[in-house]
Amino acid sequence: MAKDSFAQKVAKTQVWKSIFRHGPPDNARNRAAVIAGNVFLHLHPIKLKKSGVQLGYTWCMGGLTFFVFLALAVTGILLMFYYRPTAEYAYNDVIALREHVPLGIMRELHRWGAHAMVITVWLHMFRVFMTGSYKPPREFNWGVGVILLVLTLLLSFTGYLLPWDQLAIWAITVGSNMAKATPFAGHGGPGAMLAKIGDFVMVSDKNDVRFQLLGGRFVGEAALLRFYILHCVFIPVVVSVLIAVHFWRVRKDGGISAPL
Amino acid sequence: MKEFFNIYTDPVYSFTFVCIAFFFMIKYVDLVATKKFGIGLMIGTVVMFVLCFMDPVFSANFYMTNDNVPIIFLVLLLAWTTWFALYKGVNNDRRMAQGLPPIEATPENREKVWAWPNLVYTELFAIILGTVFLIGWAVFFKAPLEEPANPTWAPNPAKAPWYFLGLQEMLVYFDPWLAGVLLPGLIVVGLIAIPYIDVNPKGNGYYTFRERKFAIIVYLFCWLVLWNFLIIIGTVFRGPNWSFYGPFEVWDTHKVIAANNVNISEMLWINTLGVKLPSNILVREIAGILMTLAYLVLFPLFLTKKLFNFKGTFGAIFNGGFLGKRYLQRLGWARYSILIFLVLMTLTLPIKMYLRWLINLKYIVFMPEFEFNI
Ligand code: HEM
Repeated sequence: MAKDSFAQKVAKTQVWKSIFRHGPPDNARNRAAVIAGNVFLHLHPIKLKKSGVQLGYTWCMGGLTFFVFLALAVTGILLMFYYRPTAEYAYNDVIALREHVPLGIMRELHRWGAHAMVITVWLHMFRVFMTGSYKPPREFNWGVGVILLVLTLLLSFTGYLLPWDQLAIWAITVGSNMAKATPFAGHGGPGAMLAKIGDFVMVSDKNDVRFQLLGGRFVGEAALLRFYILHCVFIPVVVSVLIAVHFWRVRKDGGISAPL
Repeated sequence: MKEFFNIYTDPVYSFTFVCIAFFFMIKYVDLVATKKFGIGLMIGTVVMFVLCFMDPVFSANFYMTNDNVPIIFLVLLLAWTTWFALYKGVNNDRRMAQGLPPIEATPENREKVWAWPNLVYTELFAIILGTVFLIGWAVFFKAPLEEPANPTWAPNPAKAPWYFLGLQEMLVYFDPWLAGVLLPGLIVVGLIAIPYIDVNPKGNGYYTFRERKFAIIVYLFCWLVLWNFLIIIGTVFRGPNWSFYGPFEVWDTHKVIAANNVNISEMLWINTLGVKLPSNILVREIAGILMTLAYLVLFPLFLTKKLFNFKGTFGAIFNGGFLGKRYLQRLGWARYSILIFLVLMTLTLPIKMYLRWLINLKYIVFMPEFEFNI
């Protein structure tokens, strides 16, 4: 009998066998087991149509979007160790991150990752459109996707404020000024001035949607805290849940689309 | 040469060029969907970037913030993905014309394969490539950081991040309640509505062009011209005060551009009838209000009566197709009205752009009393 190679020896240890409950995935049984037995891999079906695994069909764009999202979560958590969301500290913390953290490319990875995710989501959507994959039975998942797209943009938007530099506050000022113009709900929007009881103005710059978004009448410290919480907690949680729904539905709608 | 581009990239011209280019891309899609064209397109795009970045003024404007760098990737990827999707679509159309199934439906491609290793390894490959790409990007380009926030001094121009610059560009033509609230809202609603409006059962799960001509033309036009080209305008062709600057033109804060835009009400009462603006708001704005109603209500009603007779490539779409009775019958009135409403709202953007450029129109309806300006 041939001697076991090193890899084979490792595969026979109690530790290895406690983690991987099947042999190498070189036969049908084990290939099924490796997918079904792993909580992450079992996002995939065990077998799928060849057309669906081809790079030329999906461009792997949805997968890349998910990957970049995970990378953003990891780098984002690392950034949170250094960053305090107050007008006093925020900017200096970002400077410190740049100057005192060895091999610091976390901020770069996070920022460029955010831009990359916007591009990959857009292209994913384009691919889904061009293959007609929104057609029945996948209408609902397309809708989930659109919400994910909006949330991706909102993640970028809220994150943009956090460095608390000129680029940040003025970009957010331009953006949040739009909220001011919301019909009826923003104090500069059409119809807002109709909402009056006697002399009492119901929609003013002290209570309209922009005020709710910024926690004030301009982009100040309250806005920084709000955007921080939206950016680091609220939107990522919602996105994670929706991604779970999205992936579940990809499977339940019959896997990657293919000719009927 | 640079002078030429500095003049003709003005949206007045460049938007028109891009629309014409789009028309030809659709009309000669068979030519576009060849490998030669794809290679040429990619080389052309890269050469364009190289030439642009060799110009110090272009680079200086572009690198005002490193946040513009993703635009380069976006443009390259747009060129590539658009070509690739059309290429695959037209290829399938050719196959189907010969009675063959689309490539995705060949027996070989319908066969089931194991997720391990076929899918898992592709994903691993994509993850590694993605990681390398991101790390490379992070090493070569610093994340921008400017002066500390100063609420009392606004940079000029104050630009949103590039992915919102399409919306910011729309502010040139529309008030914020339209450009920043209503139209973006309709984009989201419209996108979600697509699967419910598009009742064409063909082209589900494979690339095609001919089987879904109308859907693809509309989507591509919105995606390439109205969304991404506007982003490019906002990023590259807009400088201080959001004025137009050619790609090779130095940003000079003092450049003043005379704006003598007029409202429909002024055109009607003052310029045409030679009287003062009436004091009653509704009378004053009557022309604009009627035009808006006609556009959104009467026009669709006329469309279903097949008053138009187009020829050529677009004829199939317009004649009793998209705009006509036959389509109404196929979609039912609910889908049809939503579709028409969304299309008309989309077209308000180019319409308003051309009205601005051709007759200096400012507002169709101007009611500052209610902040209601269209
Ligand atoms: C955070 C954003 C998103 C993530 C992480 C994501 C992820 C994915 C993944 C991994 C797939 C599997 C197939 C593939 O990779 O193409 C998929 C499929 C799909 N996605 Fe997304 N997606 C996102 C956003 C969107 C958007 C914006 C849309 C459309 C508006 C969308 C619509 C769909 C549809 C309809 C499918 C099924 C496609 C098919 O069966 O061929 N998704 N998504």
